[in-house]
Amino acid sequence: MLTLLGKRLLQIVPTLFFVSLIIFSLQHLLPGDPARVMAGEERDPEAIEQIRRHYHLDRPLPVQYVYWIKGVLSGDLGESMRIKQPVLSLIGEKLPVTIQLGSMAIVIALVIGIGAGIVSAVKKDSVWDYVANGFALWGISTPNFWLGIMLIFLFSVKLGWLPASGYVPLSEDWRLSLASTIMPAFVLGNAIAAVLMRHTRSAMLQVLESDYVRTARAKGLLERNVILKHVLRNALTPVITLGALEFGTLLSGAVLTEQIFTIPGFGKLIVDAVFNRDYAVVQGVVLVTATIYMALNLLADMAYILVDPRLRG
Amino acid sequence: MAEAVLTNALGVAADDDGAETPTARALRRLLRRKGAVFGLFVIALLVAAALLAPLISPYDPSLQTWSAVRKAPSALHWFGTDDVGRDVLARVIYGAQASLMAGIISVAIAIALGVPAGLIAGYVGGFVDALFGRVTDAMLACPFLILAIALAAFLGPSLGNAMIAIGITTTPIFVRLTRAQVMAVKVEDYVEAARAVGNPHWRIALVHILPNILPALLVQATLSLAAAIIAEAALSFLGLGQQPPAPSWGSMLNSAQRFLVNAPWMAVWPGLAIFLAVLSFNLVGDGLRDALDPRSR
Repeated sequence: MLTLLGKRLLQIVPTLFFVSLIIFSLQHLLPGDPARVMAGEERDPEAIEQIRRHYHLDRPLPVQYVYWIKGVLSGDLGESMRIKQPVLSLIGEKLPVTIQLGSMAIVIALVIGIGAGIVSAVKKDSVWDYVANGFALWGISTPNFWLGIMLIFLFSVKLGWLPASGYVPLSEDWRLSLASTIMPAFVLGNAIAAVLMRHTRSAMLQVLESDYVRTARAKGLLERNVILKHVLRNALTPVITLGALEFGTLLSGAVLTEQIFTIPGFGKLIVDAVFNRDYAVVQGVVLVTATIYMALNLLADMAYILVDPRLRG
Repeated sequence: MAEAVLTNALGVAADDDGAETPTARALRRLLRRKGAVFGLFVIALLVAAALLAPLISPYDPSLQTWSAVRKAPSALHWFGTDDVGRDVLARVIYGAQASLMAGIISVAIAIALGVPAGLIAGYVGGFVDALFGRVTDAMLACPFLILAIALAAFLGPSLGNAMIAIGITTTPIFVRLTRAQVMAVKVEDYVEAARAVGNPHWRIALVHILPNILPALLVQATLSLAAAIIAEAALSFLGLGQQPPAPSWGSMLNSAQRFLVNAPWMAVWPGLAIFLAVLSFNLVGDGLRDALDPRSR
């Protein structure tokens, strides 16, 4: 187990190095003189020169990278040009909001996705199976920003049940907080539920055909016990890892969802940064999301090893 | 017994007799799937709408009619009008151009970059493979849309740059798929044989390996088209794709959001168009996967 973990950690190091290279290269995509573009409205040559010196833009590229990565490794992701605040603390401020939204979305996705997957596998080729498959196709094909707008129209404009936008922290008033996040969480969870449903269904179908399930049935066990105790446990193991890959979808989805519902999280931070030409923030957000994504995948791998004794070795 | 052998032989002969080309067989199997046929039909409609937009569009998509601002759907304007009095149907029809073009060009970029890289990684192996593998991992570690937004932001907002951003972000999927397919195919006897008769490496890779991995690439290209259309709509929705006043489904949704109370139709039609386009490419992609899978005969 430890050697496996060590191997995975070693694999992550070169990947992280290339992630940092990609993010570092971003600022060199800027058309023209990066210092001038980063200065934005500021036209003062002195200020532009200061930016050039601060980012070491006058030095050769490899030297610039070394300066940049040194900063990143010591927790310095640069400073927001607009808000004049360190990027890391800005991200730290917004992250809890997205974590709340993301956790709610995951719960919604797990309940709907795995539930629908189980039903459609157990009742294969029945009406339920068709409905569940139709739902999955709908979930994968619906743009979540459109779904968000339509939900606002239905539940906020027409019915007036839920607030159309805004965010109330959990610590302030949990009821209002849930009311302000339930629609965006559903929008985020919907697409992931569809993917989880497909994974669960195919994993369940595979396990349902295995010998030990036939044995369990032959022993005369109740079908419910066969499904819950024998099938589900083994079918859900691969779903964990495949599901973890959906964290990327979750983080991408958060950008659009937070924009539509004006939720001041991580996703809104990057969009606002893009429009304010706050490039350090854009780079910081990409770096942090990639790191979070890799860490979550590592956790999922570990969970997989813990659940499946064959891999413990 | 002899009879049985005979029928058996005849049966096999009959199977062989239907000696249709692999393409014809895949097409026949694809057309047996209702979902895929529906998808193909909708895609054909969208392509026709995009190509024939100037002929079939009831109005100029940029024509602002101040006397007809935010009018509900009617006989005059089937899909209603928007906040500056432009016909929503005309904009949805013209929007198909931006969406399909963005989908096709960005997937073409991803294939042009990803397939050669995957071929080299899978065929050469060793250090090159490890290097390409880590770069691919790094790109896949950045969530798709976030990387696309970052790229589009640094390149500058325009439809062309959005296509480049989506294309680059989609590339690692093709690198990984091509590499895996090449690894599986290169140990086959016929590749070994091609090598034994002294074919140069490039010829083995391009003439003997590439044609055999095309089916898998075709399926992925179709599914990636669906993802690219959503991504273009998302970038345009955020203001990083097609720039107003040029029509695009994503930017139409952006302005529609402000008029949900008075003009909900502004949001319904472009969203429905994106949904139908993406659904169709997904249906055709799923159908192709089943039709081209040798295990599901």
